[in-house]
Amino acid sequence: MGPSHPATHGTIKFQLRLDGETIIACDTEIGYLHRGFEKMCEQGTWNQCVPYADRLNYASPLINNFIFTEGVESLLGISVPERCTYIRTILSELSRIADHLTCLGMAAAEVGAQTVAFYMNQARESIYNINQAVTGARVTVSYGRVGGLTRDVPEDFEPMVRAAIEEIVEQLDNCEKLLERNRIFIDRMVDIGVITAEEAVSYGLTGPLLRATGVSYDVRKHSPYLAYDRVDFDVPVGTRGDNFDRFSVRVDEMRQSIRISEQILDAMPEGPICVDDPTIVLPPKTEVYESIEGLMAQFKMVIEGIRVPEGEVYFAGEGANGELGFYLVSDGSGRPYRVRVRPPCFYGMGAVERLCKGHSVADLVAIFGMVNMIGGECDR
Amino acid sequence: MVAEAVARAVPSSGVVAHTTPRCPLIVVEASSVLEVLRFLRDDPAQSYKMLTDLTAVDRVAGQGQIEVVYTLRSLEHGNLLIVKAAIRAENPVIDSATGLWHSANWAEREVWDMFGVHFEGHPDLRRILMYEEFEGHPLRKDYPVDRRQPLVEERDVINDPWPSRDGL
Repeated sequence: MGPSHPATHGTIKFQLRLDGETIIACDTEIGYLHRGFEKMCEQGTWNQCVPYADRLNYASPLINNFIFTEGVESLLGISVPERCTYIRTILSELSRIADHLTCLGMAAAEVGAQTVAFYMNQARESIYNINQAVTGARVTVSYGRVGGLTRDVPEDFEPMVRAAIEEIVEQLDNCEKLLERNRIFIDRMVDIGVITAEEAVSYGLTGPLLRATGVSYDVRKHSPYLAYDRVDFDVPVGTRGDNFDRFSVRVDEMRQSIRISEQILDAMPEGPICVDDPTIVLPPKTEVYESIEGLMAQFKMVIEGIRVPEGEVYFAGEGANGELGFYLVSDGSGRPYRVRVRPPCFYGMGAVERLCKGHSVADLVAIFGMVNMIGGECDR
Repeated sequence: MVAEAVARAVPSSGVVAHTTPRCPLIVVEASSVLEVLRFLRDDPAQSYKMLTDLTAVDRVAGQGQIEVVYTLRSLEHGNLLIVKAAIRAENPVIDSATGLWHSANWAEREVWDMFGVHFEGHPDLRRILMYEEFEGHPLRKDYPVDRRQPLVEERDVINDPWPSRDGL
């Protein structure tokens, strides 16, 4: 099955051994979207990795942006201003919703519930519009910078987000009505791809895949970063560890993300969005164009990059699919010595063989949908 | 703390403790890495039940070594720990952790693919992101970023499905 199959959104090949329609063995072949992310990161400066990070999980690029920059900042030993932290948090949560909507909409469409996909896409559209207003792009955002952000959010940010939340809640309610007592959908999801909590941990599953088995592990709670220790939210968990639980956990997580977003909006502080340090942040354009010092500072920053002290860090955050970690090694020059991404869906795909054994070929489509492989992140 | 416990449990590990901004880091002898990992997983006081990530760093230029890096997480205690073991670049061999964690399977295949580290005892050490005919290991520092690869023969994927694991 694959590498280019209409039911697998993403280029991937499953080599299956079948008994009739039942899968008895599966070899998952990934790597079709390998672009050498980690090698490319070693060629440029730290800030030049940010656009590459967008292209890891392209359903929620802002989360990648911010976890990467937070990682570099922890290596530098700096912390960004409050306002920046809050903007990063709320945009991460909106991206999480967009990512879950993409995942669930596609997965629902693949088991026959096409309308759900349209409703969810409509809800996602409102988030992409916010992305566009804030960053200037819908997907390839490149909004995070080491030490801050490229620019502040627009003035009408708050009403935009509140309107988007309203739209999302409405569409989620619609989708739940379509699915929760839908016999076909439930038959296709319940008790398919069951995995126990112990096995899930051994396979390195994180995020909704792990929480569906009942393990309440969320990086935002376990080792808080950004503003997650200042907001109230629950970590939804499942009980059976099947496809249906993976679906419900994601739906519940969206409602939690909305809760976080509303709290952040209420508490959004005023102030600067970048650290006040000319060796880390580019000078404002007015200084670059109007003074020789500003011009030189800009030139040095672009050519030499940020001098990150020698050392290493593993910085993990909760991506939409699970734990997204960056293992960063600096040798003290302006360029990364090693950038390693811990992609959540790489480990998820490693467990697909275990999940699909004994099920039919059609179930593989549903299982694959719930693992939510994002090629850019899995293959890097 | 962790380092002392490891030193007591596995005296041959030669454990050295370091710190990183987010978590502790220990460096152990490659020959005893499996024993250390097993202790960290099974000891109730440590309980690092999840191998979160496994990767490598090329240190050939300075030290003639490749570092294999294990990132462990204890879900129970909420701790994170990095374990490092250095192996000689001329003969990069280390024991496979696939007997301890399922997640080591694909992670070790990737380190083999990218760095050419051979994991002794891995059941299925094939390339994972690159194709089997790929020459070299691209994340090694001596692999130039602009190197070209030879064209490979077209494969008959229907009648001669390529190279899968044994028994498939």
